[in-house]
Amino acid sequence: MSAYVVRRVISMILLLLLLTFVVFILFSLLPTDPARLTCGKSCTPEIIEANRHRLGLDLPVLQQYWEYLKGIFVGRVYAQDSPDPVVCSAPCLGYSFKRGEEVFILIKEGFPATFWLALGAFVMWLAAGISVGVYAALHRGKWQDKTVMGISLAGYSLPSFFLGLMAIFFIVIRLQLLPYPSYISPFENPTQFLQTMILPWIVLAILYAAFYMRLTRNQMLEVLGEDYIRTARAKGLPERIVIRKHALRAGLTPIVTAAGLDLAGLLGGAIITESIFSLPGIGSLAVNSVNDADLPLIVGITLVTATFIIVANLIVDLLYAVIDPRVRLA
Amino acid sequence: MSTSVAPSALPVVPDEDEEITGRSLRQIVWSRLRRDKTAMVCLVILILLYLIAIFAPFITSMLGVDPYSFDGESISDSGGGPIGAWGGISSEHPLGVEWGTGRDILAQLLYGLRISLLIATTATILTTFLGTTLGIISGYAGGKTDAIIGRTMDLILAFPFLLIILALSGVLTQRLTQLGVPDGNPSRILYLIIVLSIFGWPYLARIVRGQVLSVREREFVEAAVAMGAGRPRILFKEILPNLWAPILVYATLTLPTYIGTEAALSFLGIGVLPPDTSFGGMLGNSVSYFSVVPSYLFIPGTVLVILVVTFNLVGDAVRDALDPRAGRV
Repeated sequence: MSAYVVRRVISMILLLLLLTFVVFILFSLLPTDPARLTCGKSCTPEIIEANRHRLGLDLPVLQQYWEYLKGIFVGRVYAQDSPDPVVCSAPCLGYSFKRGEEVFILIKEGFPATFWLALGAFVMWLAAGISVGVYAALHRGKWQDKTVMGISLAGYSLPSFFLGLMAIFFIVIRLQLLPYPSYISPFENPTQFLQTMILPWIVLAILYAAFYMRLTRNQMLEVLGEDYIRTARAKGLPERIVIRKHALRAGLTPIVTAAGLDLAGLLGGAIITESIFSLPGIGSLAVNSVNDADLPLIVGITLVTATFIIVANLIVDLLYAVIDPRVRLA
Repeated sequence: MSTSVAPSALPVVPDEDEEITGRSLRQIVWSRLRRDKTAMVCLVILILLYLIAIFAPFITSMLGVDPYSFDGESISDSGGGPIGAWGGISSEHPLGVEWGTGRDILAQLLYGLRISLLIATTATILTTFLGTTLGIISGYAGGKTDAIIGRTMDLILAFPFLLIILALSGVLTQRLTQLGVPDGNPSRILYLIIVLSIFGWPYLARIVRGQVLSVREREFVEAAVAMGAGRPRILFKEILPNLWAPILVYATLTLPTYIGTEAALSFLGIGVLPPDTSFGGMLGNSVSYFSVVPSYLFIPGTVLVILVVTFNLVGDAVRDALDPRAGRV
């Protein structure tokens, strides 16, 4: 087991290095000149050249990559030889000259909104998805099952932006049940926080729950067909115990892994949901960074998001072995 | 060619059955699909939708509408809002008109359907091709090739693809134009097709690779190797026919996903440019107006949902027909 963990961690680190390299090269090879993007309309070639030097963009690409990697661990100082150097402390994911702020700090500021959105939706969709999925599996082939499957199909066929805009239209504009979403920290104003988050939570949860209902149902049906379930029933266990202790435990393991990966994906920002509900999270930050071509910020967000997914992959794989003793790691 | 006859008690599949299953698979699937009424209705709707998309210019001219011409009569002089209820629905404009220009919504929807189907269908074909080819190669070659393809897949799957597609759209569309693709919408459409496929193939390649790993150990492959068949023949004539079921299922369920993703990307503003339009683009425009004219939101949204639901229903039916285990459940 420990040898397996070590091997997985090493391969994860290699994948992360590869990822930073690919992202870095991808954006360095673009025909856009990052130095040109640092100043607005009143740009002169002199300013561009000065900025190029200040940002270290006059260095060879590989050396830039090295500086970038080094910056993540020990921080870095831009424009060392100019009168006003810019300090970017570790972990330095780059410096957004457009916004005059370290990329890491910008992402950190966006994280709470994204975190709360992901967490709330996660709890809702797991609760709804698993319970309804199990219910459908226990009523397989009957009308209950068919209704659930129909709802699930409708749920995952709904584009998130359409669902979100409909929610705003009906609940906020027409019925005026909730004020227009405006994010605030739960520690500052819990009521307004809940009023803002409830719609995005529901919208996001519906999309994921639709998928999880199906997944849970299929898993449960597969497990219920296993021999050990027949054995459990044959030895006279009450159906309640058979379902809870024998079927659920085995049936839910793959769902845990899927849920872990989905949660990690959401922690990197739900671009569409955040933009529709104007939540100041990483997803909105990503859209804004694209809109004003803020390259350092785009690279930073890409790296952070991808890191979440890669790390979650490892955690989920290890967790899988813990939950399901039948899985042997080699 | 008959090589082995299994004792009747043992469920051993003789080698030459491969070709027969390859042919009869289609018949089995078709006969199962035909019994599924929902699937047949949806299939007919889909064929109609494709026909509508292909003949959109013809249909719009028959209805007397067109997506490009401005109609100053149907919008108010002050503000440019549509005159009449539900976004200016009238006999002239069955689904209303656009804010500010008076362009016909129905005609825009028909042309939007064209673009959505064009992008989603082409991207699905390309994804299926890439995923199948790379999955087969990865699974059969093993070793270094497998490792390289595998790491590439890990890498692509870890990318936040919406963000990357958004971030690269400007420059890569330009690059396509430099390569000779006509400026504007052709290069934007081509860009979407390419990026959807690049971020989509690893999912299929994983499935195919797993299948190949088991199929390559079967006797008929060994026999082909022993008879001196070349690698392409083994890969595409011996192994590929055994993979059609998962590939077909994956492709039919990918198409609706791509319709949704394309709509989301257009919603975020990287789809086709006016005067052309797509569902996502129309919904994106509706954001500014839907509190006043809700039909801008509901009409394209509903059409989009119907489109995706129909494709999903057909996809589910195909999967049920191809996977006997799912059918028994």
